[in-house]
Amino acid sequence: MAAGFKTVEPLEYYRRFLKENCRPDGRELGEFRTTTVNIGSVSTADGSALVKLGNTAVICGIKAEFAAPSPEAPDKGYVVPNVDLPPLCSSRFRSGPPGEEAQVASQFIADVIENSQIILKEDLCISPGKLAWVLYCDLICLDYDGNILDACTFALLAALKNVQLPEVTINEETALAEVNLKKKHYLNIRTHPVATSFAVFDDTLLIVDPTGEEEHLATGTLTVVMDEEGKLCCLHKPGGSGLTGAKLQDCLSRAVTRHKEVKKLMDEVIKSMKAK
Amino acid sequence: MQSDAKIRTEYGTDSSPQSPGCSLRHFACEQNLLSRPDGSASFLQGVAEKSRERLIRNTCEAVVLGALHPRTSITIVLQVISDAGSLMACCLNATCMALVDAGVPMQALFCGVTCALDSDGTLVLDPTAKQEKEARAVLTFALDSVDQKLLMSTTKGLYSNAELQQCLAAAQAASQHVFRFYRESLQRRYSKS
Repeated sequence: MAAGFKTVEPLEYYRRFLKENCRPDGRELGEFRTTTVNIGSVSTADGSALVKLGNTAVICGIKAEFAAPSPEAPDKGYVVPNVDLPPLCSSRFRSGPPGEEAQVASQFIADVIENSQIILKEDLCISPGKLAWVLYCDLICLDYDGNILDACTFALLAALKNVQLPEVTINEETALAEVNLKKKHYLNIRTHPVATSFAVFDDTLLIVDPTGEEEHLATGTLTVVMDEEGKLCCLHKPGGSGLTGAKLQDCLSRAVTRHKEVKKLMDEVIKSMKAK
Repeated sequence: MQSDAKIRTEYGTDSSPQSPGCSLRHFACEQNLLSRPDGSASFLQGVAEKSRERLIRNTCEAVVLGALHPRTSITIVLQVISDAGSLMACCLNATCMALVDAGVPMQALFCGVTCALDSDGTLVLDPTAKQEKEARAVLTFALDSVDQKLLMSTTKGLYSNAELQQCLAAAQAASQHVFRFYRESLQRRYSKS
């Protein structure tokens, strides 16, 4: 009976739950789904992380390669993110060139990296004007159930913390780069940006961490990316119903608490990795 | 009807870095430029353009009463003639005016306002391209005309919560000027024809 009603009138079905201040999966309006993170699972990558936010699963693999720095910025390396939403994660995506959603997500991740200054591009330079590291960050969604931006940001952060770059010296005589694979060091991660996404319902209600169905029924979305000092790297609101200043403030305070939760989870995982 | 419709209205003062109040640059509006009211979104190459297109499209979708025109495709062409800073805000203003000119029913008008925060925290509204480049953070908002709610926001750079509130308040005050300009511009146009 309930399943029939849900198919015929999904929005009404949803509103019944929202009236009682909860959602069909039993969560409260401000509650996140269970977040799990697994670091270093891809051995062929220089750094990797798998993040699961409820059913949404995103894996990030980072490969480091050599490149010549650009003439405008001879002392900077590159960080190239790419978000891939393959058909396996959801039936709404087709194979072929990246669709709009994937492109927008890639642009969002690139903006987060740029704005938050998570790593200094100068740290990636080996020899100014001649050689620099380029980090190719590939984020692949394995299961799409809403809130892809949060999962991608977290996966990227966790993978970057896992990246180990070998020491590179330029041989003076041959002018070739010599890579010492035995000596590896971690990247200097300066800030920890954490994304918190909200969905707006009926122009008034805000729910945190929307699932795939909730995103579809929502009238607007908002993603806030915050670092540990409470500074905002990104306030991404791609249209949708309007928000007053007060509602925006509520979102920002929720983002602050989420940042603490995520940071704690990450520190635990890193500690357990180092213990091995 | 192109001759009647070419109305230029100037409004605003040059941007001054001192006053955090409403200091917007000159802006002008030309209506009914295209004799054929159809167009297509300028599909430029690049991922950044796709992202910008989506922002504008979603803002319009929230405001346009699509239910009154089923099975209709409303396409918006935006051609950048010159970029002197605050491009996104200009695109949003142009889009709103074009939708009004086309007679598309909307629940509210919207306008775009850009704020730039420089390294010592001073707020500059409607920054020039140079100011945008040197700024620590650039925030662009789309606000609606009914109660200045935030429809769209896209930001670049790092800023604190307090600075965000300050920018939003300044943008809301500035949006009043933009809406007044819309009203005057339309009044002038319709009073002549």
